[in-house]
Amino acid sequence: MGSRFSFLSLLRHGAGKAWDRQWRDAQPKSAYDTIIIGAGGHGLATAYYLAKEHGIRDIAVLDKGWLGGGNTGRNTTIIRSNYLWDESAALYEHALKLWEGLSAELNYNVMYSPRGVMMLAHTHHDVQVFQRHVYANRLQGIDNEWLTPQQAKRICPPLDISPTVRYPVLGAALQRRGGIARHDAVAWGYARGASALGVDIIQNCAVTGIDRAPTGEVTGVQTEKGPIAARRIGVVTAGHTSVVMAMAGLRMPLESFPLQALVSEPVKPVMPCVVMSNTVHAYISQSDKGELVIGAGTDVYPSYSQTGGLHISVETLQAICELFPSFRRLRMLRNWGGIVDTTPDRSPIIGLTPVPGLFVNCGWGTGGFKATPGSGHVFAATIAKGEPDPLAAPFSLHRFITGRLIDEAAAAAVAH
Amino acid sequence: MLLIPCPWCGLRPENEFRHGGQAHVQRPADPASVSDDAWAAYLYIRDNPRGRSAERWRHVHGCGRFFNCVRDTVSDRISHCYRAGTSGA
Repeated sequence: MGSRFSFLSLLRHGAGKAWDRQWRDAQPKSAYDTIIIGAGGHGLATAYYLAKEHGIRDIAVLDKGWLGGGNTGRNTTIIRSNYLWDESAALYEHALKLWEGLSAELNYNVMYSPRGVMMLAHTHHDVQVFQRHVYANRLQGIDNEWLTPQQAKRICPPLDISPTVRYPVLGAALQRRGGIARHDAVAWGYARGASALGVDIIQNCAVTGIDRAPTGEVTGVQTEKGPIAARRIGVVTAGHTSVVMAMAGLRMPLESFPLQALVSEPVKPVMPCVVMSNTVHAYISQSDKGELVIGAGTDVYPSYSQTGGLHISVETLQAICELFPSFRRLRMLRNWGGIVDTTPDRSPIIGLTPVPGLFVNCGWGTGGFKATPGSGHVFAATIAKGEPDPLAAPFSLHRFITGRLIDEAAAAAVAH
Repeated sequence: MLLIPCPWCGLRPENEFRHGGQAHVQRPADPASVSDDAWAAYLYIRDNPRGRSAERWRHVHGCGRFFNCVRDTVSDRISHCYRAGTSGA
């Protein structure tokens, strides 16, 4: 435990020294200062920053399965920050800046690769919306540039820009600092960092109830491994947030939908960047293993099934084959689903709740992975101070009562 | 793909329908008199249950009618559908 990765340690282990476990597989104590429910990227990052930046180390992170086994390990790993509204752009840009230094911060290679995220415009409306994004991002100091179809083709050669396809490419917005990272490594890196700072990560320990005092504040949780007391609880349970919050008697402005992804057989490098198309519901990049990683749209009805309808994936593959004719011969290796919690304005909820001591970080919908470091960072500050971090403040649960929504639904269409 | 038993047309594939959200959400009779909390609850708060769920569907590429449906959100199995305006009990 606690060993640092370095060139020297690689040499030593290359010579035969066995690698240590990278984090402790803890069993729960009877009480903690703070409990984080959900050991995905956002929850582990929250625990890491609580311990690292706020000196709160008496923390348990509980998960009903294994760490990083939910949406953290199921997404298509796209990272970008070119959102329309100032509140969103500031939050996602905060995350992007943390991504840029994350491997060094964690001493763990999260394989962040800023290879560029290209968002295709297929209709006149797309062109107007994306150009508006480019101008908004310029005012926010965030890189985002407009490309002609020919410029897009130069950056991404397999892209078909002929005007005769079903949805011709009329242009594209490119954020060069956007890219991908290895999602498992993000969970593992935060787990390793948090564990080294004293955080207990407790897997296979589903929370079955949230305990409250007669005066209303939280006092702990009931779990499969018995009761655990705590004075602060952070819920970071993505698609299951409505279920967990109901344990504290709260109803949420959330609906949970299956979101699917697929990977192809591995091939030699062919996709130099990430390409997203909101209009035809497809996004695609190539992993370092050579697989094409493809994201589809959500199902049309709420579900917790973690599979999704096959016809949704088929529609996405039709769009991919139209945009990239050379990919028609590829075989798909795997297809899976994750459960995403969507809010009415397609922006996350980060902050306090009506229950004292209970905090929530949810509603990331189809686009939470890119925010992982920033989400954990601002949520940790919110829990530590008991008041919203300035970057998180606009994303309060209360905005649904005031009506001050952050409507990225219109801005970003369906895909994040 | 779900096979949905439209109360008017019988079993039809899911892509003939559009999902219409949680069933039996009542619009406050006098919106001007309800609190901001109650109005937000009507607009935005949903049960989002894991398990039995009553929801609305509309047969957009068929009879065009709204109806209600009881589905398990873990297995996606539909237990039954019933006409709008009835409780389905």
